[in-house]
Amino acid sequence: MAVSGLIMLLYLVAHMIGNLKVFFGPGEFNAYGHWIRTVGEPFMHYSWTLWVIRVVLVAAVLAHATAAYQLSRRGGRARPARYVRKKRGSDYATRTMRWGGVILGLFIVWHILDLTTGHVHAGGFQEGRPYQNVVDSFSTWYGNVIYIVAMLALGLHIRHGFWSAAQTLGAGGRTRDRVLKTAANLLALLLTAGFVAVPVGVMTGVVS
Amino acid sequence: MSYTRYTTGEPVADTKAPSGPVHERWDRRRFEAKLVNPANRRKHTVIVVGTGLAGGSAGATLAEQGYRVVQFCFQDSPRRAHSVAAQGGINAAKNYRNDGDSVHRLFYDTVKGGDFRARESNVHRLAQISVEIIDQCVAQGVPFAREYGGLLDNRSFGGVQVSRTFYARGQTGQQLLLGAYQALSRQVAAGNIELHPRTEMLDLIVAGGRARGIVARDLVTGRIDTYFADAVVLATGGYGNVFYLSTNAMNSNATAVWRAHRRGAYFANPCFTQIHPTCIPRTGDHQSKLTLMSESLRNDGRIWVPRARGDERPPNEIPEEERDYYLERIYPSFGNLVPRDIASRAAKNVCDEGRGVGPGGQGVYLDFADAIRRMGREKVEEKYGNLFEMYERITAENPYEVPMRIYPAVHYTMGGLWVDYDLQTTVPGLFAVGEANFSDHGANRLGASALMQGLADGYFVLPATINDYLARNPHKDDVTAEHPAAREAVAATRERLERLLAVDGDRTPDSFHRELGELMWEFCGMARDEGGLLKALERIPQIREEFWRRIKVPGTGEQFNQSLEKANRIVDYLELAELMCLDALHRTESCGGHFREESRTPEGEAARKDDEFSYAAAWEFTGTGTAPTLHKEDLVFEYVHPTQRSYA
Amino acid sequence: MRLTLRVWRQRDAADEGAMSTYQVDGISPDMSFLEMLDTLNEKLILEGEEPVAFDHDCREGICGACSLVIDGDAHGPERTTTCQLHMRSFRDGDVIDVEPWRAAAFPVIKDLVVDRSAFDRIIQAGGYITAPTGAAPEAHATPVPKPDADHAFEHAECIGCGACVAACPNGAAMLFTSAKVNHLNVLPQGAPERETRVLDMVGQMDAEGFGGCTLAGECATACPKGIPLSSITDMNREWLRATAKGARR
Repeated sequence: MAVSGLIMLLYLVAHMIGNLKVFFGPGEFNAYGHWIRTVGEPFMHYSWTLWVIRVVLVAAVLAHATAAYQLSRRGGRARPARYVRKKRGSDYATRTMRWGGVILGLFIVWHILDLTTGHVHAGGFQEGRPYQNVVDSFSTWYGNVIYIVAMLALGLHIRHGFWSAAQTLGAGGRTRDRVLKTAANLLALLLTAGFVAVPVGVMTGVVS
Repeated sequence: MSYTRYTTGEPVADTKAPSGPVHERWDRRRFEAKLVNPANRRKHTVIVVGTGLAGGSAGATLAEQGYRVVQFCFQDSPRRAHSVAAQGGINAAKNYRNDGDSVHRLFYDTVKGGDFRARESNVHRLAQISVEIIDQCVAQGVPFAREYGGLLDNRSFGGVQVSRTFYARGQTGQQLLLGAYQALSRQVAAGNIELHPRTEMLDLIVAGGRARGIVARDLVTGRIDTYFADAVVLATGGYGNVFYLSTNAMNSNATAVWRAHRRGAYFANPCFTQIHPTCIPRTGDHQSKLTLMSESLRNDGRIWVPRARGDERPPNEIPEEERDYYLERIYPSFGNLVPRDIASRAAKNVCDEGRGVGPGGQGVYLDFADAIRRMGREKVEEKYGNLFEMYERITAENPYEVPMRIYPAVHYTMGGLWVDYDLQTTVPGLFAVGEANFSDHGANRLGASALMQGLADGYFVLPATINDYLARNPHKDDVTAEHPAAREAVAATRERLERLLAVDGDRTPDSFHRELGELMWEFCGMARDEGGLLKALERIPQIREEFWRRIKVPGTGEQFNQSLEKANRIVDYLELAELMCLDALHRTESCGGHFREESRTPEGEAARKDDEFSYAAAWEFTGTGTAPTLHKEDLVFEYVHPTQRSYA
Repeated sequence: MRLTLRVWRQRDAADEGAMSTYQVDGISPDMSFLEMLDTLNEKLILEGEEPVAFDHDCREGICGACSLVIDGDAHGPERTTTCQLHMRSFRDGDVIDVEPWRAAAFPVIKDLVVDRSAFDRIIQAGGYITAPTGAAPEAHATPVPKPDADHAFEHAECIGCGACVAACPNGAAMLFTSAKVNHLNVLPQGAPERETRVLDMVGQMDAEGFGGCTLAGECATACPKGIPLSSITDMNREWLRATAKGARR
């Protein structure tokens, strides 16, 4: 869980930085979209690098989901009889890891169908013109709702996930705990804010 | 049937104790003891009942030596034996402080502290072994307190003037027990120990004059089974719960030793019970047990009561000159560090004078105000923090601000099954270790010596001496469940349990236990006199009779049934209590924990009568309610000459 | 005080079990929770009912026998063992729910009593230092830095009550296992078996059917002895280290 989670986290940071280019106009954003496909050339063929990233990410998602499923099954088997009354001692982020994960999984599917393949895209999807596609997507109310809710879930997921991954990998410890917790919170906040900035930008007309 | 008289039989002699200079005796005994060929050891089975410090360490060590060990505990895990609750520490004559300690001084202090009612040979052996125990425990990973240089820390404890007590905060017993439990677990995993948790010994099987097995009940299923062995070791602790309220665990009981006594093992010095001075006073009739706070508190706390009777002002409003620091006043050189029996009795005296504090006037103050002023609150917290917390949790009072209230409570029993130098009882093949035997503490045990004795017996003494018995009694398969002795023991056990279930009366087991306990505390507690003891001896058989008429035990015997367990233990308390009172009645001297009002010095202190009572009283069972037979073991003092103990 | 208790009653392992409601009266705030249950049991016995079975022994917070989930909290609302919980933590007229530890690895024996022998087997798998009696070197031969000794002690304080498992949303036994691993692995005496200890103990823990850890942290919140959550992190590090070392061999 920890390793696959960190791989995805790394990708998200890059993804968010890329997204923010939308604020510098269609030229720069579309160029960035093009660059992802040509990076590594001439060693790599056109879009090979992107495909490598995609394969790694799919593997990470599958590993993450499988591990989560197994962990949850194992937890269920370990407590077949439930408490009649049980107080919960953990925070909201921790308790919502599982449902949050499912929501994020569904979101990724929608997100790809929306902005990568264009199957569920609102308005005409235009290959190679990502800027326009983004503006189209966030011009619908449901596009904004789905995206913003998912990004809030992402923030919560990262808040517990990053700290938790550090513990699993033995990187924590009493003295480092505050640093890790702060880092997890900052990371969660930064990513959520960075991603949500795009639909907000479209909604407020900063991006059009 | 009741008794107040007894018959005197032949003296009992310790035939195993070697002669010669006291410091050579243990070596000599080990050399003279026959050995069992390592290849033959696995043919021998040893039953060990109990998994506390003595039982756990004995089981682990015997298994390491190659014997097949079958071990029992009534708890759900060996780790819960009540040794776990010992707080203060463990003594060892390491002399790491270079403060004049030595094996000889520990030996001397223990014989003197025990008020000259222990065997010199045993006590010297204990002092010798004490140093090895610390080495052993450190090797096992017991996290003793350490100083900044990485070496072990020591503190001093009641009744001595050197710092020889090793400790692990206020949880020394827990840490030592976990060490023994882990050693035991290693042997369980290696297949050398067959462990039976939640299984309680209910009788001893004696066949051909030798202990050959036990009858035990599986507490989960209620199944009664027999187990056989070449030797049986009882490590079942003390009998303090006769008093109902004590610092013992709720389930600590005397059944194993009492059943062994009924099968022929002599019971020695049953009246030697220790009342611990620093316990939290009771709050009401609902009280189910008393909680001890480590005696180490007396190192820095000062004990006092108001000078005036019936002074009901809060402690902080009583000015210094109106306080009586009575221990410091009466015993200026030891002050608050006098031995337990003396501290307890002094507390009783001031309360009897009407100067006690708290509910019912049954308490004295233990004040840390001076210590906090001198050392700072932080230092006090570091040393005693967990004890203060525990006190506050129980009483809802903050001892950093208000003095603690303490009162004595039954804590330890020096008496127990009579054993020889090899720790063998009068039933061949039956051994008793730890608090279960009448041990090395004489009439009073010094602080931090119980852990030392339990581990000495289990790790070092028994594993050496049991060899001799097993070598002289080669393994035989002649005793099985079909043996008449086994059938009889099982039938008697079943009959007793069925009878308990059949009475269906109108009183609960606890109500009888409480009644007996109150009687014992009143007449056989901190101070005893002839009149009271006679009253108790008259009353106990009446309670016993009423018990069998009115006891109510719900449920069946073929299930998990805690009421049945409890009731069955009370059956044995009702017989043991009577013997304790008789022993207290017969010993008309005061010594150690046994204080007879009739026998005191002109200053009111305990007066021993060495001419008449310099012996261990070993009692032989003759039947329920019939007078037992007394066998005396004369005590000889060659090295530490009996003097009136003085802590002034 | 007058209280309403809803207590889990289950005849034996095979029985399904259900909550039963009882009234208790005349409860003093100075009573411990278990003394309150004693009061109920005395009443039940005289009424010819079977008393409520629960594990308890030392009643001073150190043996680890007592094990009740009270109002949804392992050991009740205070951070202590059930036996050290006093009725002053409740109010007159309260309705109190009392349940056993619930975990597949801790099957119910009767009412509130569960079988925790899985913990013993985890210790048997490696929770010890191999030091046969008599083979020990002089205690001062190996000084142990005070911080290490204190660290070991802090983890050695575990009483094996199982509250960590009871509180864990996944029924995991990580805190229990890690406490013992950390106690022994930090000491020089424990170093020779450092790798096998953590691998074997974790292996046994998994084999016992405990759940997996999601670092929810409820174990450390419930622990009456304050074993820190960082204990689990430290064990993870030991485990990774041992696994890496094992792979190199």
